Order: sequence, then structure tokens, then C-alpha cells
Amino acid sequence: MKLSTLAALTLTGLAVLITGIGGSGPSEADAKPISYKLPNETATFKPGPNVEVVQNNCTACHSADYVQTQPRGPKFKQDFWRAEVTKMIKVYGAPIDEGDIGKIVDYLTQTY
Amino acid sequence: MIDRRSLIKRSGVALAALGAGLTSPSLRAFAATAMLPFENGERPLVKYPQKRSMIGLTSRPPQLETPFSVFNTNVITPNDAFFVRYHLADVPLNIDPDAFSVEIKGKVDRATKLSLADIKKMHAVEIVAVNQCSGNSRGFSNPRVAGGQLGNGAMGNARWKGVPLKAVLDKAGVQSGARQVTFNGMDGPVTDKTPDFIKALDIDHARNGEVMLAYAMNGADLPVLNGFPLRLVVPGYYGTYWVKHLNEITVIDNVFDGFWMKTAYRIPDNDCNCVEPGTAPKATIPINRFKVRSFVTSIADGAKLRAGAPIMLKGIAFDGGKGIKNVAVSTDGGKTWAQARLGKDLGKYSFREWQMPVTLAAGAHEVKVRATSKADETQPMEPLWNGAGYLRNVVETVRVTAA
Repeated sequence: MKLSTLAALTLTGLAVLITGIGGSGPSEADAKPISYKLPNETATFKPGPNVEVVQNNCTACHSADYVQTQPRGPKFKQDFWRAEVTKMIKVYGAPIDEGDIGKIVDYLTQTY
Repeated sequence: MIDRRSLIKRSGVALAALGAGLTSPSLRAFAATAMLPFENGERPLVKYPQKRSMIGLTSRPPQLETPFSVFNTNVITPNDAFFVRYHLADVPLNIDPDAFSVEIKGKVDRATKLSLADIKKMHAVEIVAVNQCSGNSRGFSNPRVAGGQLGNGAMGNARWKGVPLKAVLDKAGVQSGARQVTFNGMDGPVTDKTPDFIKALDIDHARNGEVMLAYAMNGADLPVLNGFPLRLVVPGYYGTYWVKHLNEITVIDNVFDGFWMKTAYRIPDNDCNCVEPGTAPKATIPINRFKVRSFVTSIADGAKLRAGAPIMLKGIAFDGGKGIKNVAVSTDGGKTWAQARLGKDLGKYSFREWQMPVTLAAGAHEVKVRATSKADETQPMEPLWNGAGYLRNVVETVRVTAA
């Protein structure tokens, strides 16, 4: 990697470092081991009641932008968020304590 | 030379924080955002290794959308602009292609492990095919539905190179009584309570000679985030089947009942695969072939054009594999239609370009585009709805003003 490229990437504040891959992609013939670095996460949960409960329970599996980008408005309040939290537990096996469910739903309803 | 202003207009993307802020390195990284044209549609423009600036939907697991202007510039979507969609956050980041192998097992005569080198020694085939996310355009659902709130950029068209899945299955010898083949990749869940992402195809589909194990895309290795070093290519089918980092193929003698087939990625089991907005279907089936779609790519919604001067409208169309028969364009909101000229035929699974010269009188105009496939399937004038926000293929409308 050229120094100028490296500097530019560092300037962006995104951790991007990669070995074995050129900018335009390698040819098929010379496949080399690849170590890929995903950029740092920037999305965060908005401040709100029990935000730390949400951080503790939700961020193990996904970033905050999964919540941030959902539709907004009167139809996307408590029932919507309760259904989402229930899906995370029942379908995706999120290990959320019974006592935290209400706190998470309330936070999401009030904050998003 | 395109100036910044027209680039923004063409791409339908608004850049926030223009001007002085861009000179500050700390701001430069995070200042740019894309505004998708629905409520809560602001997205960061993000830079990932091997990718150009993309519309960031989520960062973990990563989901990146192609800026729409790319579809006007390229009928083949460049690798560095191709959309990214993962379901589970354990994404393989350290991959040694020399150590990689794919296992073929289950109801086969000879359980087989093929290295990447083994696969590259086999007879290679190429196909140009669109990959489109099942939930592409979900953000336009009305009423809105939960899920990845995508604009129209979760699609792409590439020239895939690899080996037919049939040839790989033949090496292992499929046993009689086989009904489906399942596909698993190196990516996985963070907790073992989350169902691993495994998809299934019927045995006849898997052996149709077109379904492919691809190791190259547009003449280069697959980008990591598009499934390096090997992915399934299922021409004409929604992207959910195109399993990335494919390392496990299992022939089974029943219908796979894993979560990602039995519960997720289901569509209403009726003629339109749709229901009254806000209602649930009586019965569902797994999502399958693309619905026919078309887009205007050369002008964005809200564009201001010169009145009385010839303008070449341009765009793309595709369907689930019959090929595009014709593309009709209206500049009066759908009252009258004219046939566009189709571009080069890159195959029945590819984007098909179209062009149409128009001259617009001064005033407001609604440009609509409607493709018809060679199976005479066409696009609905009003959007069809389903609870998961899949299959969108309404006739697209671009509102412009000529002066």
C-alpha cells in the first residue's frame, strides 16, 4: 500500500487496513490470504431511559443503526418495538432477561 | 465533466455539509450522507476496503447499498460498487484461499471436499446475471414494514465465472431419493441460539446447469464482502439464495426446514404474491424468481430539464430469466406509451439497457417506465404489498420539470 493512500485512509478516521488486496482487485490467478478489516462502527444508541440495558442486550449481535433506520411515526411505537424485541428473543435466540424486556421496549418506543 | 451539482441531482443523493467543512479531515469522513426518498431515509456514505463510497444501511453485520447513479454509468455493476448484505455478524475476515475447501455431503455416493484449486481446474462457465436483494426497495413499502430500509440500490449485474453446481454434485454422485440441496457459508451467528444462515434449492433446480459456484466476478476475485472466495450464483433468483463464502453443500432427501427457508423469506402463496396492505397471507411459499422491473437511470426525481430540446432517456430492465421483450416509456404519467430501443443483449439474466429520445414541452412531466418479459409478465401500475416488503416491482415514476 502506498504511503499516501495509507495516510488518506487514516485521515478518514475509518480503520481500513488490508493485506493482499490491491485497490483494483487482484487477478484470479494470485489469490493470497486475506485479512479484511471492517471500518469502526459509528452509529450509537440515542440517549434515553435505560440506554445501557439496550446497549448490553442488543449490541452483541448488531449495531445501533439497525434500530436507527427503522420506520418512524405513530404506527411504529410500542407494538412495533415489542414485536421486534420478541422476534429477537424467540427467533434469533437473544439471551435477554425477562426483566429487561419492558425496559428495552420502553426505551425504543420513547427514543425512536 | 460532471460538476458536483449535477452529480448530486443525477444520483438522487444529497450531500450534507458541503463547502468549508470538507476541508477539515475530521469532518470529511463523516460529513457525507445520502438521502433516500422516504421518511427517515438519511444514510451515511461509507468507505469500506475494496469498495467505493457506498450508502451505509448497517455496519454490523454490514449492509451497503449501491448509489443509484452507478446504474446509469455501468450496465455491469463494478465490483467496488456492488451491494453488500449479511444477516449474521460473524463475518469471515481472515480467509486463506489455499486452505479453503467446499464440502459436498449428505445423500451422495462419495462425500467430497474440493479445494479452490480443484474447482478452478474444472471446466469454467460464465454468465451475466443480476443479483437483487429480496428486500430491495423495502423503504418504499406503504404502509412501511420492519426490516432493512433499502432504496433501489440493493441490486447489481455482474459477469460471474465459476463451475456449474451440477458438475460438482456429479463428482459426489447424487443418490436416488434426493429432494433438496442445502448451502451454508463461512459466515455465522454470534450466538449458537441464532439459526445459521442456510438456504436450500430443489434438486432439479440445483442440477439445471445454470446454478453456479462462482469464484470470479467481472474478471477479478470476488470482493470479500461479496463472498470471497466462492459463492453460489442462482440466476434469476433473489439474492437470499446466493450464499456467500460457500463451504458446505448437503444433499438431503427431504424438504429443508431451517429457519431461513421455513420461516423467513416467505411470500404470499397466490397469483400476485401480495395481500391487502396491512393484512397477513393465508399461506406462504419460499421467495423465488425476480419479478420483472425497470428503472430510468439517466434522470433523477425532481430533475430540471431543458424544454423543447431532445433528451435521451436511458435506463435498465430485468426479469427472472425469460429475458426482456420490450420496455415502454411514458412522459405523460402513463396516458400514452412508446417503445424504447433496447440495448445489447448480454443474456436473459442480465440488466438490459434501454434508450428513448424525448422532447419535453415546458412544464411538469411524469416519466414512467414499464418492462414486459418474454413470458409477457409486466409491472403493475400500483405497488403490490406484502408484510416483509419483498418483490417490489411497481412501474417507477420520475417527476421532472422542463423549462
